[in-house]
Amino acid sequence: MWKIISIELYKIYKRPRTYIAFGAIAALIVVIQLGLKIDGESYAGFLMKDINDTLTVDGKVLNGYLICYILLQLLLVHVPLLVALIAADMISGEANLGTLRLIFTTPYSRTQWVMAKFIAASTYTILLLIWLAFLALFVSMWVFGTDDLFLMKSNYVVLIQENDVLWRYVGAFIFASFSLLTVTSLGFLMSSMANNSIGPIVGTMSAIVFFTILSTLNIPLFSIIKPYLFTTHMNNWKEFFDLQVDANNEAIKGSILNVAKIKTSLIVLTVHIGLFVIASVLIVKKKDILS
Amino acid sequence: MSATKKNKMQASLFYRYFLLIIMTFCINSLDAQSNPLIEKVSQKLSLVNDYTAIGIMKTDVSFIKASLGKVKVYFKKPNLLKIKKEGGISLLPKGGVSVTLNSLLNSKQFIAMESGKQLFKGKELQVIKLIPTDDALDWVISTLWIDASTALVYKTFTTTKDNGTYEITMEYGTYADFGLPSKVIFGFNTKDYKLPNGITLEFGEDDAAVAKQKALRSKKGTIEITYSNYVINKGVSNSMF
Amino acid sequence: MSVIEVQSISKNFGSLLAVDQLSFRVQQGEVFGFLGQNGSGKSTTIRMLLSLIHPSSGSIQLFGLPLKEHRNELLEKVGAIIERPDLYPYLTAQEHLKLFSRVRKKQITTDDINATLEKVGLSNRSTDKVQTFSLGMKQRLGIGIALVHNPELIILDEPTNGLDPQGIADIRHLIQHLAKEEGKTVFVSSHLLSEIEQVASQILIIHKGKKVAEGATDKLLDPNKTIVHVTTLNDAAALLTIQASSFAGNLLPRKDGIYFMLPKHEIPMLHKEMVGAGISLLSVETKNSLEDYFLQVTSNSN
Repeated sequence: MWKIISIELYKIYKRPRTYIAFGAIAALIVVIQLGLKIDGESYAGFLMKDINDTLTVDGKVLNGYLICYILLQLLLVHVPLLVALIAADMISGEANLGTLRLIFTTPYSRTQWVMAKFIAASTYTILLLIWLAFLALFVSMWVFGTDDLFLMKSNYVVLIQENDVLWRYVGAFIFASFSLLTVTSLGFLMSSMANNSIGPIVGTMSAIVFFTILSTLNIPLFSIIKPYLFTTHMNNWKEFFDLQVDANNEAIKGSILNVAKIKTSLIVLTVHIGLFVIASVLIVKKKDILS
Repeated sequence: MSATKKNKMQASLFYRYFLLIIMTFCINSLDAQSNPLIEKVSQKLSLVNDYTAIGIMKTDVSFIKASLGKVKVYFKKPNLLKIKKEGGISLLPKGGVSVTLNSLLNSKQFIAMESGKQLFKGKELQVIKLIPTDDALDWVISTLWIDASTALVYKTFTTTKDNGTYEITMEYGTYADFGLPSKVIFGFNTKDYKLPNGITLEFGEDDAAVAKQKALRSKKGTIEITYSNYVINKGVSNSMF
Repeated sequence: MSVIEVQSISKNFGSLLAVDQLSFRVQQGEVFGFLGQNGSGKSTTIRMLLSLIHPSSGSIQLFGLPLKEHRNELLEKVGAIIERPDLYPYLTAQEHLKLFSRVRKKQITTDDINATLEKVGLSNRSTDKVQTFSLGMKQRLGIGIALVHNPELIILDEPTNGLDPQGIADIRHLIQHLAKEEGKTVFVSSHLLSEIEQVASQILIIHKGKKVAEGATDKLLDPNKTIVHVTTLNDAAALLTIQASSFAGNLLPRKDGIYFMLPKHEIPMLHKEMVGAGISLLSVETKNSLEDYFLQVTSNSN
């Protein structure tokens, strides 16, 4: 099985399209970091408008940790498209090329090939996320320095001490990997149903947009299905950056406000990944390879 | 007019001017030096030329979640004060830190008026109101709650010109003899906090629940510093401020 | 032992019956020619042999074992090229062979890969990306992929697609070499009937999903069953005369001319009888090639 996984990884590595996503992420991050380096103070000032009326904030608010959070907020909405470019092409791309019949006449079962392809696509997704993490977190830390993380959410502010931040980012990136793997598996499923990649790529993004709208609209009719939609849970990496408070409204260092929410989201995402992959295997096993 | 009547009028005017001068003199004399308790407090404060202290700062504002932070506090006469968080971001009430006892009393440009006694945390304290006589000062009125026996101020309530009102509560321990508190609580009014969802990219929240929570929020915040390890009169560089 | 044994396989695509109760056997060491028009069910049958398509009914055995249950172990012994040579444009010829060597259980060395490239005439283009290849070169590489692991059964679907005459001759020699020198079993389908005629020892003709002819090449092209095409000045009048002659039973029911099937040595007698009956003959031509036979049986089926 390792043989065919390595073959699939080799094909991804050799293909020029693979590097588009890495380049796009690098370009996006560098541009945003440059913008914030030049004009970040006015951006921070805008965010802290309400706070500055009451309080004086002393310290390096616009530090690498905050920059990373801003980058993740922006990019983790757009990175799914880059993931879909590869994942939604894994099977349909080969069907379109005509090479699917080459690999399906080798002494490995279709299930093995499908699993190998999924593992390879997942590896690509994780590598993309690691690249994102390196640029968004470590390069930001290097360029902007570090300090406490002063997070301005919609309705409240969280101040996380500097030595309490890094492990949260590790947790958030691990969580984000589940979110992106859900996109990978969805793209993979779409790919198993088509003979060219345009449909699956567009289909994957359309599904994400559609379900995101259902997840974010506060309409009672949708509230029944919301807990089961993967898009409802994809952005819960942010839960790593919220603290519990005690009876004296004192934030508890090292705590997470809603651990149960993170666990539930991970379970929902894992179930989605499992269902999408199983469905892909069943579809490919059953279909006649006519391409 | 007859000469007698003229003389009587002149005398009356003279006495009025004399009284006015005396009254003005008297009013001008009704300063810190004339309130013995304020004088005692000032004398106690004058024992300290400078200090450095380590403190633990606790922020209690309804829309802020922050854990305890270690701070270092620097003071130098007459009223230089700096609170520095040891690494990290600190939140302090705007303008409130500067409204300290030293900044109130060192100017000596105020009228002190006793306003009776009040019970505060089990102690009977003398209430004295300070009204500034110098328009340049940035506060409008300040009320002090003072223990007459120890000349320690336990509470101040100050209305500033630009930054609202501040309530400062103090507790004393080991350094009471120097008039230095073991705990200071800065209380202040807070404004509502809100960032648009389009900026924070937080969608899907239950707006009704959030609005309900906000309505329950207190409009007041406190910042509490518990002091330890005062280093008194050992010299503090001006560069600290 | 039959290398391929197909028993009554059928395949439905919705209401379309693409293959209808097809049965045949391929013996070890044979070159088996599989012929049929476009849309006759050839590719569907080949895909079923390679488990790319699931038969609607029937069974397939390779090397005496059921394909369904022993798929992985059986496909280890099979090399195939199916229809057009679709490859990865961003990989080189060498990278393709390395990649497809890795999926095999047996160890395939760099020397084996180089030998395969030599065999298919791509040694001097081994490091070029496939996107720069012509159709013929891609076809050669496809054949190379089928052969790199030294399979026992080689399935070639249209192996001469896109090849020039020299290339076609090379493939013919390769097939002959594989069967005669290396004892491989080769299952080949092609439109180039003249090429199949030269290499195949057994032939099966499929038409509209059904088998219409099967047998050894030399027996199918039997001199006792020579097809003779006669052209006259007036075919309609000539037919009337022939139907009254002793050769009426040898007439073939063809609409595109006057055709007889008879032993080769009777052709002079036919000639003599027609001239004697006053038929104005323009030509008497023997048609004994596979192409003629193919056209014959497929038009009969119509």
